[in-house]
Amino acid sequence: MKRFRYLKNVTTLELEPAGCIGCGRCVEVCPHQVFEIAGKRALIADRDACMECGACARNCPVGVIRVDAGVGCATGLINEWLRERKLGGAGGGCCS
Amino acid sequence: MNYIVPPGLYAFGEPTAADPVLVTANYKMSFDAVRRAMAGRNAWLLVLETFGINVWCAAGKGTFGTDELVRRIEASGLARVVNHRRLLLPILGAPGIAAHEVAARSGFSVTYAVIRADDLPEFLDNGMRTTPAMREMTFTLWERAVLVPVELVLALKSIAVVGALLFLAFLLGGGMAAGSTVVLVYFGAVLAGIVATPLLLPWLPGRSFALKGWVAGIVWSAACYPFAGGGDWSMTTAFASFLALPAVSAFYALNLTGCSTFTSRSGVRKEMRLALPLMGVALVVGAILLLAGRFL
Ligand code: SF4
Ligand code: SF4
Repeated sequence: MKRFRYLKNVTTLELEPAGCIGCGRCVEVCPHQVFEIAGKRALIADRDACMECGACARNCPVGVIRVDAGVGCATGLINEWLRERKLGGAGGGCCS
Repeated sequence: MNYIVPPGLYAFGEPTAADPVLVTANYKMSFDAVRRAMAGRNAWLLVLETFGINVWCAAGKGTFGTDELVRRIEASGLARVVNHRRLLLPILGAPGIAAHEVAARSGFSVTYAVIRADDLPEFLDNGMRTTPAMREMTFTLWERAVLVPVELVLALKSIAVVGALLFLAFLLGGGMAAGSTVVLVYFGAVLAGIVATPLLLPWLPGRSFALKGWVAGIVWSAACYPFAGGGDWSMTTAFASFLALPAVSAFYALNLTGCSTFTSRSGVRKEMRLALPLMGVALVVGAILLLAGRFL
């Protein structure tokens, strides 16, 4: 997302480029355009845009991406408060 | 209300064995969004059992996941219904699905197509190519506005309880006028966090949600000061209101991160660690000032 930026230097995202096979899956799944393929390898082009959804790590066929994922409803710390929620549009981030 | 569509394989129009297979959650709004987008087209729709939860949240929980997808492919006999081996998935389902595992276990290859169902026609007409815009998560004014009523309903109970307690305390301490004033300024501070902050998100300063909410709360405090009779307040009351009201706004603004489309949990954790103690201190000092003001 070009418009909104969240806190800098907080994401737990890690990429081990040595094992990358350049399949492009991480680029395909990331909703915030964090990755780019340069040459035959992925690189983290926009680290601070990462929202830690975990899509890249889950879909990397060789497991060279790591992230402490927790989707949308951002944190276990306010989970109680979020418990009863399952509204939110198809593209939204409201989770119960 | 029933948000659930039975899981299984659905046909849109009169699909043949060569037509595309889309996958979605059994949340009614997700299903309807795909159906609306695909009006007048032929396609198969494989609906996964996510217990009425939307794709994004279900993927996070893992119910929109590899196991369920593989199971649903088998249960529906999809391999006999279509003559190709390609599934089109919503990009926001990717946190729950490991495409390579699906391929290994079911023989179907996964393509993450689009984020918003509205983009499906263009994607299909485009030779099944995802444009950059189709894979970019947004948080438009409209997307933020629809969150407001949800947030309000969720917060209603706590707002009512706190409002009632404040009213009682000020009624006893300063009479009817003080009681109703405090309820008004409190509700305003809540609305600054729940309504004004999401709507004005791009224009409020900073990256932290708590900070954005705090700014909205300061603006509210300043705005209501003259109307709430601030000129007649003692110094301590004025200080207390400028401390406590923005803290309330900041708290509700911070809660919005649960619904935003770009906040990471490490970021929210960091914000909470910093902001929650500050809010607590602001509220406590505000209360002490108010009490002290009565006895000085
Ligand atoms: S965790 Fe999500 S947002 Fe972060 S890089 Fe991976 S896919 Fe992108
Ligand atoms: S998904 Fe993994 S292997 Fe594929 S390009 Fe990304 S990092 Fe490399």
